[in-house]
Amino acid sequence: MIVRDLYKSYRKHQVLKGVSLGLDPGRITAVLGPNGSGKTTLIKCMLGMVIGQQGEISANGKNIGHDYLYRKDIGYLPQIARFPENLKVRELVSMVKDLRNQPANYEELVSRFGLGPFMQKPLRNLSGGTRQKVNILLAFMFDSRYYILDEPTAGLDPLSLQRFKEMLLNEKQKGKAVLMTTHMVHLAEEMADEVVFLLEGKVYFHGGVQELKDTYDGMNLEAAIANILSLQEHA
Amino acid sequence: MLKVLKYSFYDLSRSRWTYAYLLFFLLLTFGLLNFSHDLSKTIISLMNVVLILTPLIGTLFGALYYYNSKEFIDLLLALPLPRRSIFLGKYLGLSLSLSASFVIGILAPMLLFGILSTGLVLNLVILMSTGVLLTFIFTAIAFLVSIRFEHPIRGFGAAIFIWLFLAVIYDGILLLILIWFEHYPLDHFALLMTLFNPVDLSRVLIMLQLDISALMGYTGAVFRKFLGTSLGMSIAYATLLTWIIVPVFAFLWLARRKDF
Repeated sequence: MIVRDLYKSYRKHQVLKGVSLGLDPGRITAVLGPNGSGKTTLIKCMLGMVIGQQGEISANGKNIGHDYLYRKDIGYLPQIARFPENLKVRELVSMVKDLRNQPANYEELVSRFGLGPFMQKPLRNLSGGTRQKVNILLAFMFDSRYYILDEPTAGLDPLSLQRFKEMLLNEKQKGKAVLMTTHMVHLAEEMADEVVFLLEGKVYFHGGVQELKDTYDGMNLEAAIANILSLQEHA
Repeated sequence: MLKVLKYSFYDLSRSRWTYAYLLFFLLLTFGLLNFSHDLSKTIISLMNVVLILTPLIGTLFGALYYYNSKEFIDLLLALPLPRRSIFLGKYLGLSLSLSASFVIGILAPMLLFGILSTGLVLNLVILMSTGVLLTFIFTAIAFLVSIRFEHPIRGFGAAIFIWLFLAVIYDGILLLILIWFEHYPLDHFALLMTLFNPVDLSRVLIMLQLDISALMGYTGAVFRKFLGTSLGMSIAYATLLTWIIVPVFAFLWLARRKDF
């Protein structure tokens, strides 16, 4: 999946100013950046929920345009888990499965994240962390080629976070391409093969984790990023 | 699209509003029949309720349902479904559910009071078909307005204004024009203006069928001459269908370009 020179503005507000990146099989790309740098907009463009003004997004070598079938290959985890509130978790899962019309394997995920006791509960009664687990379940229950994750770890407890990381590495080994946005720098440092740092709608840095550290002579990634941000503020 | 429709319909079939709407028509029709014991008069009384209420409920529920389904729509947009299917499915789900409540609510008591053994079946069919058409028209208008306005309050305001305009204000303006220009022959103008308002057109269609068009005087005769023919009737129904198709295409057009 390739994004090339993408521009998007909402009325006068220019959110993305020529963003390019690519997703490769077996690699995890982390998109970092302060609030309002365009991370979520970028992801929504890749899913066709937001329509870019300029530039090109292609999946499996085809421009996505107004196409929708390419979304069969994407497991998407939205940032804010908003569900039809009166459905039970089990109903939601089987509905999404039916709508996607693809084989789904969720029993393993349900036990991995301890969702068993919640399956019969309506979504409005779930806590924030449990909702996030349901969100993860919906994104990963299909055998997708790409995973696009917007803040996947928000609200997870340490144990679930650990299990999430294991699962992600597992998927990576299976040759899946992963794109995730995060504010947790050490997560990116630990998991990602590549880091894209977005700043005010532009790619400020794109490269390996080690490269970014080297640029800032051996600082850890968190310090390197704090450094970039404070430089930006003073500028 | 059928799957989206199925889940929307399923969702609505668990909503208490659907049942409140059904119960309202059941009680109303049953009550009217019980008091008057006259199927023909009951149909006339129902006409006035249907002409005001089906557009109003279509408008209100249309906007309410759209804004309430935002989460569901967001979920659907990330799935491998075309936007057209998502929005058409939602629209048909709501329109069909409202129409079902309306039709069952009127039909059940009518059958109980033996409508089939009278010559009034066609009258009832005309009443119910215009009610269903009005439901589809105003739900489409409400969807169009809701998709246009991000903010629910503005959306509701605009949708209710359109209902008020077509159900009430339009008639007032038409009446004023007719009074101001009473020395001119206006019957063709009145006929034309009626075609541009689905509520008025439905009213005329029902009145002609019920044979109370004499109440409309000379203009009534012109209407009768035009709409009484099968060509006129076809034009009237085609116009009502256009009132569905145009807003539906407009909201699908907007949905295709919208950022979510």
